[in-house]
Amino acid sequence: MPQLTMGQALNQALREEMTRDDTIFIAGEGVGVSIHDNPMLPTAGLLKDFGPRRVRDTPVSEAAIAGLAVGAAEAGLKPVVEIMFNPFFTLASDMIVNHAAKLRYLSGGKSTFPLVVRIKSGAGFGAGCQHSHNLEAWAAHCPGLKVVMPATAADAKGLLKSAIRDPNPVIFFEDMMLYFAPGPVPEGEHLVPIGPADIKRPGKDVTVVTWSRMLGVAFQAAEQLATEGIEVEIVDLRTLAPLDKAAILASVRKTGRLVVLHEATRTGGFAGEVAAVVMEEAFERLKAPLRRVTGPDIPVPASPPLERFYIPDAGQVVTAVKDLVSFG
Amino acid sequence: MTVPKGKLLEMLHFLLLSRRFEEALTELCQIEGKIPGMMILCTGQEAVGAGVVAALRPEDVIITNHRSHAHLLAKGADPKALMAEIYGKRTGCNKGKSGTLHLALPEIGAPCTSTVVGAGPPIAVGRAFAQQYRNEPAVTVCFTGDGASDEGSFHEALNLASLWRLPAIFVCENNLYAGAQRLEEHTRVENIADRAAGYGMPGVVVDGNDAPALYTATLDARARAAAGDGPTLIECKTYRWRGHGESDPQLYQPKEEIAAWRALCPVARLRDAMRAQGLISAEELSAMETKVNALVREAIRFAEESPYPEPLEALEDLYA
Repeated sequence: MPQLTMGQALNQALREEMTRDDTIFIAGEGVGVSIHDNPMLPTAGLLKDFGPRRVRDTPVSEAAIAGLAVGAAEAGLKPVVEIMFNPFFTLASDMIVNHAAKLRYLSGGKSTFPLVVRIKSGAGFGAGCQHSHNLEAWAAHCPGLKVVMPATAADAKGLLKSAIRDPNPVIFFEDMMLYFAPGPVPEGEHLVPIGPADIKRPGKDVTVVTWSRMLGVAFQAAEQLATEGIEVEIVDLRTLAPLDKAAILASVRKTGRLVVLHEATRTGGFAGEVAAVVMEEAFERLKAPLRRVTGPDIPVPASPPLERFYIPDAGQVVTAVKDLVSFG
Repeated sequence: MTVPKGKLLEMLHFLLLSRRFEEALTELCQIEGKIPGMMILCTGQEAVGAGVVAALRPEDVIITNHRSHAHLLAKGADPKALMAEIYGKRTGCNKGKSGTLHLALPEIGAPCTSTVVGAGPPIAVGRAFAQQYRNEPAVTVCFTGDGASDEGSFHEALNLASLWRLPAIFVCENNLYAGAQRLEEHTRVENIADRAAGYGMPGVVVDGNDAPALYTATLDARARAAAGDGPTLIECKTYRWRGHGESDPQLYQPKEEIAAWRALCPVARLRDAMRAQGLISAEELSAMETKVNALVREAIRFAEESPYPEPLEALEDLYA
């Protein structure tokens, strides 16, 4: 199977879908001509190959970009728009939260909004908190949206293709640090359904539920713990909304122990939702309290040692897992 | 230009219908428990809906706002489906999900009523973009109030629409008040249309109580939009006879000001002009009024006799 970075895999998904369906167009700041000219980026080369009718560079106008998607989707086009950095989601949020998510419901089911908002997400490149802020829990808190956050190149391709074909608004968070991470990616028609989680590593002792870039941190921890005889099961949610409760519950019922790992800050983070699901539906199977490993409740700081402190690491996961195992 | 008699009759019909429809709402929302939620009316501003929409074609699209009744009726909304939705009934155009504030009628080219002030223009950009993308011979009209022109989204959308020469028309219904703030309390510009220069598009000021003038201005803007020359901002100078909503005691609107604008009633203005010019006889006018009254009466009867949705229907229609 070919090895591609996540950025290349996303690019392949966009190319394949745009070739298949002329109603798909992409728009955003620098989706054509970019200040970040890099062949590893998802929209690289699309302007050259698909032309300015379908690859639309926009002014710095996030509300208009998101409104463009909402209006065009209602008319039957399939917009794939890009928000350059996750914190700028706030500038587009009225269109996403009050319109993309609600207008179908308000129409009594008459209208559909088949749009994708790709949001470049995550910390780790030293830009600080107005370029790095993981807001996936905000999106998942809005009924009417689907929320996707892939961790591998293959899932990124398959999920983006599914998102483009979905008749609902899909918020697609792409961790920028993963753009350059290679992995095997199936060629051609590779679809990953929106919804199901994926057991990325089976294990019998502790369940780690995670998504996006933290999957790699979970693997580092699991490998270290395996040398000490502790087998971690890693559940990659891939999709936060709809949430695959069955996969989480099945794993926790098997291991009896749960760690939820995400890069986003702790209070009000999506780990709380995962924890609540387990407490409501599998409390009797827990052998220990659950643990959250998350970013601390601070904005993402810029200085390298501060940013490293912010981003959860394998050591924290190892400590949390051992806590639970030693609990009984 | 001379406005065809058929168009004048059409405008008069929708002026009378909108007025009667909202007079009925004013009465109904005094009755405890009859109509849920807020009641926001366009009484006194009906010429904008009637005049602008008369210049459109069936395939054209409108995006409207919280003061939407005249726009939607002129676009061809069924008064029964509107009234039932306003009552919160299952037979309403949106099965009770939208109420009076978010009426959505994609089947007549009115897919979105947004009550988030300033949210209409970005959505209109998307709707007009789709028309351009598919080479459709259609345009999108976005109705906003004067208050919306203070929102950032308004500027983003008009800039982008102009940049891409989208087939859009932005109709700003300047009724002198944004909430409780008079125009000069919320902006330094004398005319909202003056802002058009900042987007590189024409800005036109029209008497917002003169339906034929609005029809003519919209025809011009429509021709420009459909020819690929881009959007126009049309400012309609009018006045909000009632409060922001029906619970607003209007303490900030001088009584003499309201009285002066009531004397400029857009419904009476077209009706009297057509009578004076012999374009409609007393009998024809009476027949039109009778028809309009019957439409509203029937809409109320339909809404009252319709069932409410079952509570669990709240869970339907979220995802496709």
